[in-house]
Amino acid sequence: MSESLIKNHNERLKGLIRKRRFWNIFLSIGILLGLIFSSKIIDINASRLLSGLPRLGDYVAQILPSLETNSLFLDSKTEGSISYWYFNLPKYLHLLFETFNMALVATIIGSSIALFLSFFAAKNTAPNSLIYFITRRTLEFFRGVPEIIFAILFVWALGIGPIAGIIAMMLHTTGSLGKLFSEVHENSDVRPREALKASGGNWFSEMKFGLLPQVLPNLISYILLRFEINIRASTILGFVGAGGIGQELYLVINFNYYEEVSAIIFLIILTVISIDILSGYLRKNIIEAE
Amino acid sequence: MTDKDIMNLHPQVFYPLWKRSPLFILTLISIFTYLIFSINYFNFSLNDLLNGFSKMKPILISMVTWNDFFTWNFNSILIGILQTLSMAFLGTIAASIVSIPLGLLASRQVVKISLPRFIIRRFLDFIRGVDILIWALIFVRAFGLGPLSGVLAIFVADTGTLSKLYSEAADNSDNKPIEGLVSSGATKISTLRFGLIPQVMPIFISQSLYFFESNSRSAVILGIVGAGGIGLQLSERMKAQYWDQAFFIILLILIMVAVIDRVSRALREKLINE
Repeated sequence: MSESLIKNHNERLKGLIRKRRFWNIFLSIGILLGLIFSSKIIDINASRLLSGLPRLGDYVAQILPSLETNSLFLDSKTEGSISYWYFNLPKYLHLLFETFNMALVATIIGSSIALFLSFFAAKNTAPNSLIYFITRRTLEFFRGVPEIIFAILFVWALGIGPIAGIIAMMLHTTGSLGKLFSEVHENSDVRPREALKASGGNWFSEMKFGLLPQVLPNLISYILLRFEINIRASTILGFVGAGGIGQELYLVINFNYYEEVSAIIFLIILTVISIDILSGYLRKNIIEAE
Repeated sequence: MTDKDIMNLHPQVFYPLWKRSPLFILTLISIFTYLIFSINYFNFSLNDLLNGFSKMKPILISMVTWNDFFTWNFNSILIGILQTLSMAFLGTIAASIVSIPLGLLASRQVVKISLPRFIIRRFLDFIRGVDILIWALIFVRAFGLGPLSGVLAIFVADTGTLSKLYSEAADNSDNKPIEGLVSSGATKISTLRFGLIPQVMPIFISQSLYFFESNSRSAVILGIVGAGGIGLQLSERMKAQYWDQAFFIILLILIMVAVIDRVSRALREKLINE
């Protein structure tokens, strides 16, 4: 009896090991083939990488500021001080403020449109399947196209400036939040809505009293997350002329104003991280308060 | 019971809105005020917007009229797509390989002392604070135009995120197998190899797959700053105002991303079930 048990167990173990081994080999061969194939396509090789590395080192050394400890806190006329490095700070802060506002406006408008559309994109709230299908495909298109592609298009149509960036981010926000919101709707409890329906509520009151109170914390948390993403996006949309600090960064990188590059990048990192922390804190509180 | 009785029974439900949820009204008012402020701040005018959109009408029309479809340079488009996929693949693999030691070092489960963990975590935060497109721009300045810069940008940006995710996976792993190994006298290395790695490897692989998926998306835009791939083809055509070809490429990108999504989701499910 016990012998057959052990035998059985051993058989199973062997089977598991065989399966595991098959997957390991399958994955390794796949990765190896992929590596060979893709390095051939983009013509990458060790000598190119090695010859580039010192240049990268040089570049990093150039963009880092030459701070000197004994003149660190002197005025902006002295080389080696922080204020010499950040002599353009007022301009940067102005641009950062613009970047921040671009992200905020795009998030507000985009999430409002997304909320409106999400009712038509969720299976359990859409009035009929045709509208459901059309809304879904539209949202897919808006989140499938990278926002910077939209930005190029709108810069061409509306001219250089933050408005193009805002509209580009807004479209992308609508696309991705619309999908997320509709999934939240689909996962919501149907009983409050049924109760409202049974007591004679119409579609609107069903949504307002039966659906929204359950899903609102989730929606807000998604909006905050999207705001973080938009802050990041708004720092780069300037590369194609759509406003914000990215425009200045693109300029200083291309004109080789070396120390300004690191000055701006540090500011961007500081902004992104502090917004992330703030919004992470808010999100945690909202979900815990639920 | 009449309506009035019900209202008397639960008066708080029937208060006016501002009394029932002042926070809601306050939020609405502040959002509204902010939007008015931003209209001023951005010098937004509806007229300009409408003018711009009317300028877009011919673009939109030329996007969908493919007159000389058979004369387009499909070869360069195909190479662009292959390049983009290769960039995403190489970048993800390289980042995954580097992220395994970095992620383990940043994990509570492996390194008990908090100082090195803290330093690595802040370093990873720093990397993640810089957008992938900024990395690409920097690498293009250092390595020159081409997909190599794109691979490096993906590599660096992903190392920041993947290491963090890996370290979180290691943090959340079960302590019991590790304790069992320690109590039976295993060395540090074999504790990791047989206690931790078998638990976290499926998560690592599925996260890397997920990143390959998202990288095939971000690799598309790297071409805009000159890091090669299909993005380069797209932005060149947009600059030259070949809107029809540009739209064709956008459609191709959407299809490519959708296909990769499907394949990678299927693979991930398979991996997690194994």
